[in-house]
Amino acid sequence: MNLGNVAIAAGIMGGLGLLFGVVLAVASRFLHVEEDPRIDIVEELLPGSNCGACGEAGCRALAEKVALGDAAPSKCTVAAAAAIEAIADALGVDAGAQEKRVARLHCAGGRAQATQIAEYEGYEGCRAAALVGGGGKGCSWGCLGLADCEVACTFDAIVMNDNGLPVVLVDKCTACGDCVDACPRDLFEILPLSHSLIVQCKVPLASEAATALCSVACDACGRCAQDAAPGLIVMKDNLPVVDYAAGGPAAPEATFRCPTGAIRWVEGAQFPGRGQARGGERAAQDATTTESADG
Amino acid sequence: MRLARLRSFRHGVHPDGHKTTADVPTRRMPFVERYVLPLGQHIGAPAKPVVSVGQHVARGEMIAAPGAFVSTALHAPVAGRIAAIAERRDPTGRLANAIEIEADPFSTQAMPTPRAVDADALTDDEFVALVQHGGLVGLGGAAFPSHVKYAPTEGKPVEWLVLNGAECEPFLTADHRLMLERPQDVVRGATILAKRLSAGGIKIGVELNKGDAVQALRDAAAEALAAGEAPIPIEVVGLQVKYPQGAEKMLIKAIFEREVPAGKLPLDIGIVVNNVGTIAALADLVDRGWPLIERIVTVAGPGIGEPSNLIVPIGTPVSAVIRHCHVRGETRELIMGGPMMGQPLASSDVPVVKGTSGLLAFTEAELTKRHEYTCVRCGRCLDACANMLNPARLARLARARRYDELEASFVTDCMECGACSYTCPSGLPIVQLIRAAKAAVRTRKKDKN
Repeated sequence: MNLGNVAIAAGIMGGLGLLFGVVLAVASRFLHVEEDPRIDIVEELLPGSNCGACGEAGCRALAEKVALGDAAPSKCTVAAAAAIEAIADALGVDAGAQEKRVARLHCAGGRAQATQIAEYEGYEGCRAAALVGGGGKGCSWGCLGLADCEVACTFDAIVMNDNGLPVVLVDKCTACGDCVDACPRDLFEILPLSHSLIVQCKVPLASEAATALCSVACDACGRCAQDAAPGLIVMKDNLPVVDYAAGGPAAPEATFRCPTGAIRWVEGAQFPGRGQARGGERAAQDATTTESADG
Repeated sequence: MRLARLRSFRHGVHPDGHKTTADVPTRRMPFVERYVLPLGQHIGAPAKPVVSVGQHVARGEMIAAPGAFVSTALHAPVAGRIAAIAERRDPTGRLANAIEIEADPFSTQAMPTPRAVDADALTDDEFVALVQHGGLVGLGGAAFPSHVKYAPTEGKPVEWLVLNGAECEPFLTADHRLMLERPQDVVRGATILAKRLSAGGIKIGVELNKGDAVQALRDAAAEALAAGEAPIPIEVVGLQVKYPQGAEKMLIKAIFEREVPAGKLPLDIGIVVNNVGTIAALADLVDRGWPLIERIVTVAGPGIGEPSNLIVPIGTPVSAVIRHCHVRGETRELIMGGPMMGQPLASSDVPVVKGTSGLLAFTEAELTKRHEYTCVRCGRCLDACANMLNPARLARLARARRYDELEASFVTDCMECGACSYTCPSGLPIVQLIRAAKAAVRTRKKDKN
């Protein structure tokens, strides 16, 4: 009798399985959706990090666009040049040229430059420190130096240096914008690597009010705007705004008379990396101070 | 026989009281040379200056008008000269626009002659404008403009007016001394407001570590009733001593056994809650025409030589206040407000603002940093959370920066009372993580819109 029950149960389950199998087989035949096989090929070649730097929802979304010819393979800023080339070859299209962009920090006020008014001993994180007395630095706009961006960076492209400033490694940065979102002070901006004139300050104050907070603060003297090509640099809210589209050509001369070093001509990384001598930065600063003393 | 259970809310913690200043009568802070009034010291839009640099102002004169509906006015705390309208450091550590007043050294600093307003004769709009231009904000600490609460909302009648005298934060006794020394003003202000809101009754919630204040308020209420000045019944409700009972939703739970739904306001269930200090300031405004230019501040903590309650003009530098109370040299940290939810100051060169309920000084001995261990899943934070959240889970999600899941786990319901961090045996910075995550969630929402 027991064996009979088992047989009935096995029969019912087997029958159901067979029935559903047939339904699925029929469904897969009649409800089949043709998908472009090239999408899979492209997706396979993309890095798969889903970082969003291309502006799409993820690698699959970009692969769809690339396969249809709506986007150039080079739109992916993360993939190696060889991978981009492979995608272009596979699809028989031009790889396209994409300007290299990197994250730039609008602050140069590290531990050595910014005035310290208190010691922050709370939870180590920029966002937490920003909520508690604004961290230890006197400046309400500058880098808090507690590495929220370093943690947020998926590509290990940000390293905090000995001065407590994030160094963006140009080779590794994919311009995905995670650091832009992570920074509670909104100090990062994604800029083309070719844009070398960088304003490294966000203090909306002028003259001594600004320099009291930080030795590299912009004191809104406006010399950079005078020395640059017409229209390239405009003073707005006590800060220079560089607009490459509005004027040009850009030249390092615009930064020569800056009394504090708040605007700099940057090629490569903005700050010396961890363990590196800060000689270059010092020398540049000393040069500007002697220059302003002469003038 | 069963003893009646003391009224309270569910969960919460019991920090040591440290109410060292409870028996010290309130003194007046002497005038100093300079006063700084940040324009954005209340919640909402910053006030707009209506004075110019160099101008002379009388004590109590309006120096900044409300910048929007959710905004309030600022008044000169002293007679003097407007020295500057520029960036000054505010208690949050930021440089923000402020009005600086140089006190007149030869002024008697007399208050303007009392001039009563007949509140009953005013229309609703006139009353709201009076309160807004009187600069009233919630004095419990949040500094939310009071007139917003007093403006009638269509379809939301007010059943109860509740006065918050819980003062559950350790150290603070400012409200306690106020209830003890000015119970008549508390009752008077409550009567004015209850009439205006057509509230059916008034309840005053006071924790039972302030028995003398409960008695003083009961006496004052009975007196007013006998004199025919209090047509609305006033009940003083004694509450169990527990933190965070001063949070309005917890107070309502304790008094009425009713829940304010998440994301809703007490008004949605027919209740308006006001701090006792705010209500006394309302009495000052209506009966004497005095705007909010000073408040009681508890100055205490192990770093203070002479712990006191001081009546401090708004805008007095913190450094002057703690010096007046003989601050000790060993002081290593200053907190504005209570030790649980207060704001640590990055500098003593900031002013006392309308929301300053206390100034606490701590020395090295109290600041030993707790070692962080891993979460042992003991669940104490769940038992502490008065909002019935799961703080341990929120903290873990916050560390992993999983903001969508945080929102789905009701992180925005957290009021940051800190009971979870206080009770955590592993020394985890739970509330600190949640605060940072809440800030991130807020900016993400703003970016999406």
